[in-house]
Amino acid sequence: MSSLAATLSDSAVITKRNLIKVKRVPDLIVFATLSPIMFVLLFRYVFGGAINLPPGINYAEFLLPGIFAQTVVFGSTVTGASIAEDLQKGLIDRFRSLPMSRAAVLIGRTVADAGLNIISITVMALTGLAVGWRINSSVVEAIGGFVLLLVFAYAISWLMALVGLLVRTPEVVNNASFMVIFPLTFASNAFVPLESFPAALRVFAEWNPVSTVVQGARELFGNTVPGAPVPDAWPLQNPELYTLLWTAIILVVFVPLSVRAYRRTAAR
Amino acid sequence: MSEAIVVDGLVKRFGATTALDGVDLTVTEGSVLGLLGPNGAGKTTVVRILTTLLEADAGRAEVVGLDVVREADAVRAAIGLTGQYAAVDEYLTGFENLEMVGRLYRLGKAEARARAGELLERFDLTGAAHRPAKTYSGGMRRRLDIAASLINRPRVLFLDEPTTGLDPRSRLAMWEFIAELADGGTTILLTTQYLEEADRLADRMVVIDRGRVIARGTADELKAQVGGQRLEFTVTDAAALPGMVEALRPLAVDEPHVDVASRRLSMPVSGGAEVLAEALRRLDGDTDRIFDVGLRRPDLDDVFLALTGHAAEEVATDDEQPAEPAVTGGVR
Repeated sequence: MSSLAATLSDSAVITKRNLIKVKRVPDLIVFATLSPIMFVLLFRYVFGGAINLPPGINYAEFLLPGIFAQTVVFGSTVTGASIAEDLQKGLIDRFRSLPMSRAAVLIGRTVADAGLNIISITVMALTGLAVGWRINSSVVEAIGGFVLLLVFAYAISWLMALVGLLVRTPEVVNNASFMVIFPLTFASNAFVPLESFPAALRVFAEWNPVSTVVQGARELFGNTVPGAPVPDAWPLQNPELYTLLWTAIILVVFVPLSVRAYRRTAAR
Repeated sequence: MSEAIVVDGLVKRFGATTALDGVDLTVTEGSVLGLLGPNGAGKTTVVRILTTLLEADAGRAEVVGLDVVREADAVRAAIGLTGQYAAVDEYLTGFENLEMVGRLYRLGKAEARARAGELLERFDLTGAAHRPAKTYSGGMRRRLDIAASLINRPRVLFLDEPTTGLDPRSRLAMWEFIAELADGGTTILLTTQYLEEADRLADRMVVIDRGRVIARGTADELKAQVGGQRLEFTVTDAAALPGMVEALRPLAVDEPHVDVASRRLSMPVSGGAEVLAEALRRLDGDTDRIFDVGLRRPDLDDVFLALTGHAAEEVATDDEQPAEPAVTGGVR
């Protein structure tokens, strides 16, 4: 077997293993879907009336791409906790003692977590449609919007894989990622328009890739106000390109770093 | 007979700690080596280096003639590893666990399944084959773990403390499985803290302490190193012990050992049953306080204590540090 074919075959075996867990532990699916539903409903009905939007758009349309982005980015933190758990239980030792591809455990993990994200985003989209969100673009553009969200989250998964391998305790991975991801998603245009931000935070938010994921998704779903001006920052003028650049940089940096950490890691 | 494992001058440091300080050992193809030592002696580090999980800082190690660093993938294909805790995926069933490992050894789908079924049967897990491993008992998980390490019919099997934490019945069952594997010709390197386990399973033993080999040989050779027999008394009242030591000291060939907490006196003697008779004569009048008495051949626990105690002193003098006082059963 060529080494590429071997890597793909090993990765498929590991992906299957991780998806079996999703099937056996229904709580995983329940939480992966319930909390986004809760977020959609809370934001839609609690903040919906309080946030000033330009005329011509309802809050559900503004909100949903933001909720999508926040949920898939949080979803990808699962990667770190799961890898730390496998490390603690000695499974990574077992995998490392097998003549399998050195990247397959990480590929299988990130792919399975992307699968979970697909499930979450589907549930959120259906909930969104029920509370007034609409896709106002073409099918191709809409698919592009979902792909943009999932691809960015996939890159974050690889970053989290490295965190999991270095931190080694699932609970710590969860708390640490919460500390980073929460501010990152809130200091963005996900829930409120950037016009209301203080100046320094606003600059940060404009260059925050979460903002451009959200902006890109809004454009692709047709959830922007026609003719309304976009903030005068390059990332938000070119959100798809800027997001894909970040995605590429994260992957180029963290795929090799994570595989290297996997080769060297030890259970204790 | 060729050597299945050759380890030469292995050194491994973790920060300031030297885990392995020049370990040499060989394991003949088809034999069982017991790697003994107290906690933290370096046993697991040796196993981790031999199974390609860790790289040594110095020295060389070969498994079935393959270098564990330069030919790591070929080594992995030839070995099986069962680590200290059962590394099974608890969400998968027993069957799924074995099938997954088989696939990762690049067996075809049908072969991986057939092999999984075979091994489940061999390890008495057929009835639980389609239950998630989460529902297994400790002994079952350990058996599943060993089964997983046998999927690829390894030439060399590494068992790192395979019975730690098992109840006595599961331990006996595990010993039978391991003995069967050894009879089948698999080379086995077994680490353990249980000397009874090594005595029962291993052809040869290597004792390590603080990262150094301090003894090697067969069980009989190690016992011979520790010396002859001991006279052992257990009394009903510890207050009787000092008097007994005084009365019996002339029979001892080395310093008697008193353990107040277990009310026990143990002393090395030479000679056979007549020493026992002489000892009882000397204790005339005090025998009602004797709870148990016997003349014992050294077992591996004696070997172990004698060897590691000795080594501890040696290391201390080498480094010109104050020797740590050896404390037995006392309270400080």
